[in-house]
Amino acid sequence: MAEFRAATPDQSAFLAELVGQRLLIATSVPGLYGRGGEFEDVRLRVAAMVTAAAAAEAPEQMSFPPVLPRRDLESVGYLKSFPHLAGSIFAFEGTESEAAEQYQRASRHEDWDEYQSMTDLVLTPAACYPVYPAVAARGRLPAGGITVDAGSAYVFRREPSGDPARLQMFHQREIVRIGEPALVEAWRDVWRDRAVSLLSSLGLHAVLDLASDPFFGRSGRMLAASQREQALKFEVLAPIAGPEPTAVASFNYHHDHFASVYGIELTDGTRAHTACLGFGLERITLALFAAHGLDPQAWPAEVRGELW
Amino acid sequence: MTDEIRQLIKDFGRLPVDVDTLASNADLYQAGMSSHASVNLMLAIEDHFDVEFPDRMLTRGVFESVDAIAAALAELGIKVPV
Repeated sequence: MAEFRAATPDQSAFLAELVGQRLLIATSVPGLYGRGGEFEDVRLRVAAMVTAAAAAEAPEQMSFPPVLPRRDLESVGYLKSFPHLAGSIFAFEGTESEAAEQYQRASRHEDWDEYQSMTDLVLTPAACYPVYPAVAARGRLPAGGITVDAGSAYVFRREPSGDPARLQMFHQREIVRIGEPALVEAWRDVWRDRAVSLLSSLGLHAVLDLASDPFFGRSGRMLAASQREQALKFEVLAPIAGPEPTAVASFNYHHDHFASVYGIELTDGTRAHTACLGFGLERITLALFAAHGLDPQAWPAEVRGELW
Repeated sequence: MTDEIRQLIKDFGRLPVDVDTLASNADLYQAGMSSHASVNLMLAIEDHFDVEFPDRMLTRGVFESVDAIAAALAELGIKVPV
């Protein structure tokens, strides 16, 4: 079992308030919550705000389910960088008597994994992952590349925690830019600033910071250091529970990593560069409830004006 | 022993160019080594010379050239003529 990360007293108190107000609905597993109507209403309004902010770029819409072909997870090197966060889908394969034995064991909550086989599906760890093979399959990019709005997909990270801001499954509102290196980097820079102003307009104390991914192990420490040295990842942080702010959006420049895996080429046949931005919709929603209180009717007029 | 380092770069650096054409102070990243390849190179160097780089040395700069790698190994007590 993945290690459980206990909540701080501030995080526990905020979670208890959210559950008490039926904004979140607890399950038997930490980091897995249902969302109440008011929570969803705010989350969808934040997503719509991002859609509106991207509209001028006329991105192509692509929506994918929250599962990914296992082959894609294998190809992009996710299991090297984040083996501890991945979720793979297994399903029953066996005879009728094995099915009966599986049922008996499961009914007693004992191990029944020996009847399960790995499928060709994994849980999607980042909403942009299905976009790269889809774009590659079309052949060379048009001049200027492409911007894709990957919508609000559920993504999975195996990180059981008592912190309401660290969910095992949450919505990433992702936009992806694929094209010439200079265009991609400039796009990333524009969105970095745009995200800070968007979140600030909602009354959040949003600050930009250089960041690195939670890569696994010792080689991961080197990858993280390298990512920082090259300034490939930025996050916007906002307060949620306690004194430490939480990342609520991230901007990632992949150079030609995904383009070389899938063979995404520019008009001249050289490799494209890619970047993505992701807004963590639940975290932004939580930050709003933390900043303005648990009753959206009572939020400041200027914040309501942005969302409603 | 720089030959051993060059061989490891050849085997694990996934460079699009011949390592032997590069000067010992040439930037391996500029020559096309990716971050993921540099991690593989780091692990291969540890394995080959039976050392473990401390966390402070797990950075991009330590593996950026044949000279830099030799200097890092020297710091860990592995003598590599440069």
